[in-house]
Amino acid sequence: MTELISPQLAAPPTARPATAAANLASSAAAVSATSRPARTRSVRRLGPGRRLPYANLLGPLLLLAVWSIASGAGLLDPRVLPAPWTVVHTGVDRWLHGTLRADTTDSLWRAAQGFAIGLIVGVALALIAGLSRIGEAVIDGTVQINRSVPTLGLIPLFILWLGIGETFKVAIIAIVVYIPIYLNLHAALSGIDGRFVELAEVLGLSRWQFIRQIVIPGALPGFFVGLRLGVTGSWLSLVVLEQINATSGLGYMMFQAQNYGQTDVIVLGLLIYGFFGFVSDGIVRLIERRVLTWRRSLSS
Amino acid sequence: MAALAQQLNPGTSSTAQLNRPAVHLGALTRAFGDRTVLDSIDLDIPAGQFVALLGHSGSGKSTLLRAIAGLDHDVTGSGEIQAPNRISVAFQDSRLLPWRRLLENVVLGAPGGGRESASRGRAALSEVGLSGRERAWPRELSGGEAQRAALARSLVWEPELLLADEPFGALDALTRIKMHALLRELWERHRPSVLLVTHDVDEAIVLADRVLVLDRGRLSLDLPVELPHPRTYRDPQLAEYRERLLAALGVKEN
Repeated sequence: MTELISPQLAAPPTARPATAAANLASSAAAVSATSRPARTRSVRRLGPGRRLPYANLLGPLLLLAVWSIASGAGLLDPRVLPAPWTVVHTGVDRWLHGTLRADTTDSLWRAAQGFAIGLIVGVALALIAGLSRIGEAVIDGTVQINRSVPTLGLIPLFILWLGIGETFKVAIIAIVVYIPIYLNLHAALSGIDGRFVELAEVLGLSRWQFIRQIVIPGALPGFFVGLRLGVTGSWLSLVVLEQINATSGLGYMMFQAQNYGQTDVIVLGLLIYGFFGFVSDGIVRLIERRVLTWRRSLSS
Repeated sequence: MAALAQQLNPGTSSTAQLNRPAVHLGALTRAFGDRTVLDSIDLDIPAGQFVALLGHSGSGKSTLLRAIAGLDHDVTGSGEIQAPNRISVAFQDSRLLPWRRLLENVVLGAPGGGRESASRGRAALSEVGLSGRERAWPRELSGGEAQRAALARSLVWEPELLLADEPFGALDALTRIKMHALLRELWERHRPSVLLVTHDVDEAIVLADRVLVLDRGRLSLDLPVELPHPRTYRDPQLAEYRERLLAALGVKEN
């Protein structure tokens, strides 16, 4: 940080060497910026600049701090929102002596099953629709209709069809997951650059080589967008499902807590949901960065 | 590098190649809707000849090249095309796949097994002066380097015919001069037939042994350029060719 600050102090206020130093990110650049005569025209940086370390954690930590201070200062009624330490205490207690562990594994297992099925179905349908005209004609319109029906509205029907056990929950989660994965992957597949198609023709690639070398890697960025939406969707639908028809799981725990007025348990459930959503999104992003090393954009 | 030249052209001497035509076009016609883009074109290119095709934009240059390459799927047309099996195309953009490293790009779809094609790819990269960059991502290359990599990709295919569609059009003037020398050098070594589409008159005269002018779908001039290589832009003898070509293109200087 020192090399970013020192030129600011040394240079006249009209010049904006901090921008130049941040661009080149080296002390040598900072030195040259200080020795350069004052520029009359400063360059405004329009990209968001360098990535902050652990930037993802900053917002949540800030929120936690505000919450703690408000609770500690007695600004929050514990019946409305209990203090963070109360929630943590309840969590530890229920994990060791209650059903929290079983509830969490049940929820995770449901989300994982639904997510896996949704992922497989979404990718398969997108590949069929994206790579063949007949597939597109049959699948795309159907999925678009499915998309416009609110999935949670299917719950009564699914209960009638599949019973009130685990199957219908997994099925609903799978539907919520497969739609964004399908939509984004299909859009990415049909948006493959025509110039690369031409190249593949010139190089005499086989259909399989074309798909493996050009179509799939080219569609991966779009796939990851859908994957992230799908991961979040799986948690979202889980919350609803477990509060309507369940005898275990985090949603059930929260539903029970509502009946007994246990705000801390409700907040605990919300926090766990949020934590899982945050972590799973982070994992997908990590994979994305690994797989798409060839990319360089504003986010890098 | 000479070893690669032998490897790429086993058993064929360049004189033997010159005896049979590499490309034969008979009454080639292409149209987009009502507009005739190529109007009954007859053309023979002997094997190993370096030909430049000049024309205004919209004169049908690219259409002709795409017809020979077999890339024109949805056009109406007639006529006869005979072309070699091994054709390489160099585009105006390098068209490297951004998600493949350089060596993988160069050997994309190349004949032969993995290890063989990899060694061929390395040889081709070193021929265009890019050895050591095998693992670079395309976005790390400059425009000139990317275009050299595209030439290397064309070489790996041991082409009998190289079709180049304004391959240097997007490069800066300095890089372009270097690329001219490189292309000519590669041609000397491998002797493919070349059809270079360009709108740059000087580029055509400096590089090619025969310059064609395409005007409103017809070949309006077929000019052999009989000057020794290497040629430079400053050579006063080029002026005469330049004038004839500009006249054929309907451009008046001063």
